Amino acid sequence: MIYDEPRFLTGGDRAIFVEFGDAIDPQINRRVRTLALVLQKEGIPGVIETVPTYRSLLVYFEPRQINARQLRETLYQLAQSPEEGELRKPRLIEIPTAYGGEYGPDLEFVAAHNSLSVPEVVRLHAGTPYLIYMIGFIPGFPYLGGMSSKVAAPRLATPRVKIPAGSVGIADRQTGIYPAESPGGWQLIGRTPLKLFDPGREPPALFQAGNYLRFTSITPEEFTRVQQAVTQGTYSVKETVME
Amino acid sequence: MEAFEVIQPGPLTTIQDLGRYGYQQYGVPPSGALDDYAFRTSNLLVGNEEGAASLEITLFGCQLRVLQDTTVAVTGADLAAALNGSPIPGWETVPVRRGDVLSFPRLKSGCRAYLSVVGGINVPMVMGSRATYTKAGIGGLEGRALRKGDILRAAAARPVTGRARVPTAHLPAYDDQVELRVILGPQDDCFTEDGIHTFLQSDYTISIQADRMGYRLEGPRIPHRAKADIISDGIPLGAVQVPGDGRPIVLLADRQTTGGYTKIATVISVDIPDLAQTKPGDRVRFRQVSGDEAVTALREYERKIQTVKNSSA
Repeated sequence: MIYDEPRFLTGGDRAIFVEFGDAIDPQINRRVRTLALVLQKEGIPGVIETVPTYRSLLVYFEPRQINARQLRETLYQLAQSPEEGELRKPRLIEIPTAYGGEYGPDLEFVAAHNSLSVPEVVRLHAGTPYLIYMIGFIPGFPYLGGMSSKVAAPRLATPRVKIPAGSVGIADRQTGIYPAESPGGWQLIGRTPLKLFDPGREPPALFQAGNYLRFTSITPEEFTRVQQAVTQGTYSVKETVME
Repeated sequence: MEAFEVIQPGPLTTIQDLGRYGYQQYGVPPSGALDDYAFRTSNLLVGNEEGAASLEITLFGCQLRVLQDTTVAVTGADLAAALNGSPIPGWETVPVRRGDVLSFPRLKSGCRAYLSVVGGINVPMVMGSRATYTKAGIGGLEGRALRKGDILRAAAARPVTGRARVPTAHLPAYDDQVELRVILGPQDDCFTEDGIHTFLQSDYTISIQADRMGYRLEGPRIPHRAKADIISDGIPLGAVQVPGDGRPIVLLADRQTTGGYTKIATVISVDIPDLAQTKPGDRVRFRQVSGDEAVTALREYERKIQTVKNSSA
């Protein structure tokens, strides 16, 4: 639930957390993102950067320019008037994804685990908008909300050493996409040819907190086509404004 | 212009600056020099901006061939730095000639040395910084640690004529036992009173899992009241994370930007350099201070750096 008053938590001498609630909840997350945006607009001298997460905003500051008490007072004031109109309408980003086979070696396990057919798992996983609550942990990784609990599956007992970039996975009741090749223990159900993170792009991450993404099922042939277009820089990501 | 050729890179030598800011919201850690004090002073000595890209040389083994006449400064860990085999002093300017060989053959104290050259190391800026983040291949030289045969370029700059050194009173002493001042929070309320007491009263040993991302410590377990997990939030520099096993991890420049473990305290910024100069087997102890004490310490720290600046080129 949303706290009556935001809580301020200390993160050493250069950072402060503003926490709005104690749950993973779209309303609480909106408060976090609104404060981030308002802070950016205000341009408070001494504020270095902010990190929006599920339910709190981490604010990095330079203590020689603004002291912690002053900053806390300012943040308190700014958090009082939650002008949600500040937030722009969310975007829905389409993520073309090849399910199963070499792209998603655990798809059949996820289906069997939930007593579903493979097409049912794909239908339940794709087609639904997922809220991007935050980006974090590693460059470009989206923390998503909204997956059907009908396709939940436990993590692998032994994590894989190497997972290809773009792999779409399930861990318990969460779903996510690996932005880069890495080790990992999620059940892999598919893969997208899109590049989630590109240091040469501004902003470098494909996703921004507050937007939504939707997986769309594509064939291996389409996967190859999209992958080529992405490599050649001719692919434009499908994005629509949500009303 | 070409400044150095890497003869031997040593175990981990990377190009660093003061870090990459504004991108943690996309999951990109700040990176940058782990020892802010040694890094900034080495730049100031050779007359650079304090944030000019320099080498962070971890442990011993690095060897560089000098490709043009210039001036360098070596600060931080004492790696028995030598020029053509003869010892050179740390924490002061050293003129070098084309063809000279700079080597860092032995670890005498500390863990990371910094080498600055007039003009700074010239590599492309990535997201506003030249700092290397090897895990994602961002910044520095092709996003990676230096390799044998790499050529490092320096921006053209005026040569340094005078000599400069860090005043003796401002030289850090690297010890294998370090006290780190901490401010409790953000999640100190997730720990039992005994847990907080254990954390503040015990010696912890730096484990072999200690890198630019963070230092995992060994020592008495710190018990939680209930759960070790929280809803993932941001991770400040110096955060002391305590997972379910009760063993603390201090998170540094290449840390994950967010995480779901409780954080008992945060090491104050001016004590991060001391931690950065410890290595596996060294011991640390935590002491609680207030936010005001941390700010006083920071002002003192910045005054020291200002003194170096005023006495340099």
